[in-house]
Amino acid sequence: MLYREAGEFKTAYAADAATFPIAFDRWRYYGVLAIAFLVIPLTINDYFASAVLVPFLIWSIVAIGLNILTGYCGQVSLGTGGFMAVGAYAAYKIMTAAPDLNILIVVLLSGGVTAAVGVLFGLPSLRIKGFYLAVATLAAQFFLVWLFNRVPWFYNNSATGQISAPERSMFGFEITGPMASAEAKYLFCLVIVFAMAWLARNLTRGRLGRSWMAIRDMDIAAEIIGVDPLRAKLSAFAVSSFFVGVGGALFFTVYLGAVEVGEAFGINKSFLALFMIIIGGLGSIFGSFAGAAFIVLLPVFLKNVMVGALGWPTDIAAHFEFVILGALIIFFLIVEPHGLAALWRTAKEKLRLWPFPH
Amino acid sequence: MSADFLNLIEVILNGLMAGVMYALVALGFVLIFKASGIFNYAQGVMALFAALTLVGLQQGQVPFAHLIKAVTGLDVHHWWSMPTLLALLVTVGVMILFAFLVERLILKHLVNQEPIILFMATIGLAYFMEGFGDLMWGSEIKKLDIGIPSGGSFWLEEATIGWAAEGERYFGMYIDLLDVWATVIAVLLVVSLMLFSQYTKTGRALRAVADDHQAALSVGISLRTIWVIVWSIAGFVALVAGIMWGSKLGVQFSLSLIALKALPVLMLGGFTSIPGAIVGGLIIGVGEKVFEFAIGPMIGGATENWFAYVLALLFLVFRPQGLFGEKIIERV
Repeated sequence: MLYREAGEFKTAYAADAATFPIAFDRWRYYGVLAIAFLVIPLTINDYFASAVLVPFLIWSIVAIGLNILTGYCGQVSLGTGGFMAVGAYAAYKIMTAAPDLNILIVVLLSGGVTAAVGVLFGLPSLRIKGFYLAVATLAAQFFLVWLFNRVPWFYNNSATGQISAPERSMFGFEITGPMASAEAKYLFCLVIVFAMAWLARNLTRGRLGRSWMAIRDMDIAAEIIGVDPLRAKLSAFAVSSFFVGVGGALFFTVYLGAVEVGEAFGINKSFLALFMIIIGGLGSIFGSFAGAAFIVLLPVFLKNVMVGALGWPTDIAAHFEFVILGALIIFFLIVEPHGLAALWRTAKEKLRLWPFPH
Repeated sequence: MSADFLNLIEVILNGLMAGVMYALVALGFVLIFKASGIFNYAQGVMALFAALTLVGLQQGQVPFAHLIKAVTGLDVHHWWSMPTLLALLVTVGVMILFAFLVERLILKHLVNQEPIILFMATIGLAYFMEGFGDLMWGSEIKKLDIGIPSGGSFWLEEATIGWAAEGERYFGMYIDLLDVWATVIAVLLVVSLMLFSQYTKTGRALRAVADDHQAALSVGISLRTIWVIVWSIAGFVALVAGIMWGSKLGVQFSLSLIALKALPVLMLGGFTSIPGAIVGGLIIGVGEKVFEFAIGPMIGGATENWFAYVLALLFLVFRPQGLFGEKIIERV
């Protein structure tokens, strides 16, 4: 009843090309934004922010970034963890070198640095394809982590080899450091996520996004109709790495506060990001959010059930987490290989026809 | 000969033998990739799982002991310690059962999906097996000993100690006997695999499937049976790799990471070539040991973590299909 395009008359091309052409979708989108910006900050508490919301927001940015590269441009990457590390270390270096710089600018600059590194590691993609490329991106993962571990310049010669985020504030509120409040962290991430998702959505609708998708669907055919593979692939690597870098910078500055590179940005993070976009749906911005939510919430949920409710030792719970995560991934791939986003699309299709499906 | 030169020879020899160990893991990948086009990320975890099962049976652990204790409070520890040979046979049986279950529960449902989806499924499988293996046998580091000699070879040390030039301090070459055995076993394994695929009916069917799925189907070869067989063989190869790596490093979680080391080996050799897996393994093994020996100390050491990948990456830029891989022909 609610979900109909009947009766919606468009009088301008702009309305035709809108992201949410159906009124119900539009209002739902405004509703979600209103809840996210107005309701949640009032009800948030420390546990909820640090265990669920902040990691969810940060992983959403990373997932959108990887989705641009893998879902939209078809280049599988296993180097996400390494690129997140670039973002984190760039943020650290910039913060310690220029203490007066606004934290928002620091985060964006780290994204820029990561984009440059991403383009560098994206260069082989012009020659290498498919699985070979996926394995080649592992070179980025291992090399970058090793670099940040071994070269003292990156962690300012600190004795532990760790980096920790200095305190920075915006509008008088602490954003990073131990004194930062849950609301400030949450809102800071939320604003960035909102802007980045908006950017990603519009990039993928435009000329650039279409050239990515053409490359994904068949690169030789795309080349023949005039898409420049060099530009398309490298821009995908740049934009994707920018997102991942911003995610990594936030992960370090806002979420963790102190980081040991091998542990925080290891190969497991690359796989987690890949799981997110597979479970969420390749080539879908909504899917990136859904996948991030799923992967972030699942361990919290399982831990609460097994350790909290059943009282099992934590190590058994941790093993079970692996078993369940693995089984769920296989289950999802069998039942719905195109992810949660495809389920969402099917549900919307059904709603349109309801109550008279033919 | 100068001591430096002798050291270099020692490094190269050790690199060659490390390369054999990588090739052992890479072999399992190639077998499955050729027969089903699946890039099986779980190969390393299969090696871990096989080694865990072997040790567990050998020491007579009760499977799921921790879980049973957590759920029912029942404290069960030890059961009957199997003799090594029987434990080996049972482990092979477990790996065959595993192959059967994988085909039944996963592959059957994913036929004709895109390669990336199948790849993701094997990553899911790897996660599952990792957790499952730990649940079943516990996650502490275990010592694996099935009677393969290990430790340095005194004979070689004695023999080489006089080779250095007069007046230089040199203590002879150190080569682990285990590595030598691993090389022998790897050679035997490859030869028997080759004989199997050349001279048996099943082997011929395997090659037919590797050549062309559709054609193989049309002459009456059952793809599903072949997949079970291939996964069983890969399971067996994983067991051998697991025994070798497990005797060397102890059976522990990090064994599953050797799969990652096998990936650059595959890239160098090409995903579809068994000789490629071996040559690639040797190149990577020697390359990373020599690099660590010659350049590592200058740039902070531990270069073995990434050298293989960067080498493979640079190599691929010039030859995208690897050394022995099938030439990639693209059509619109």
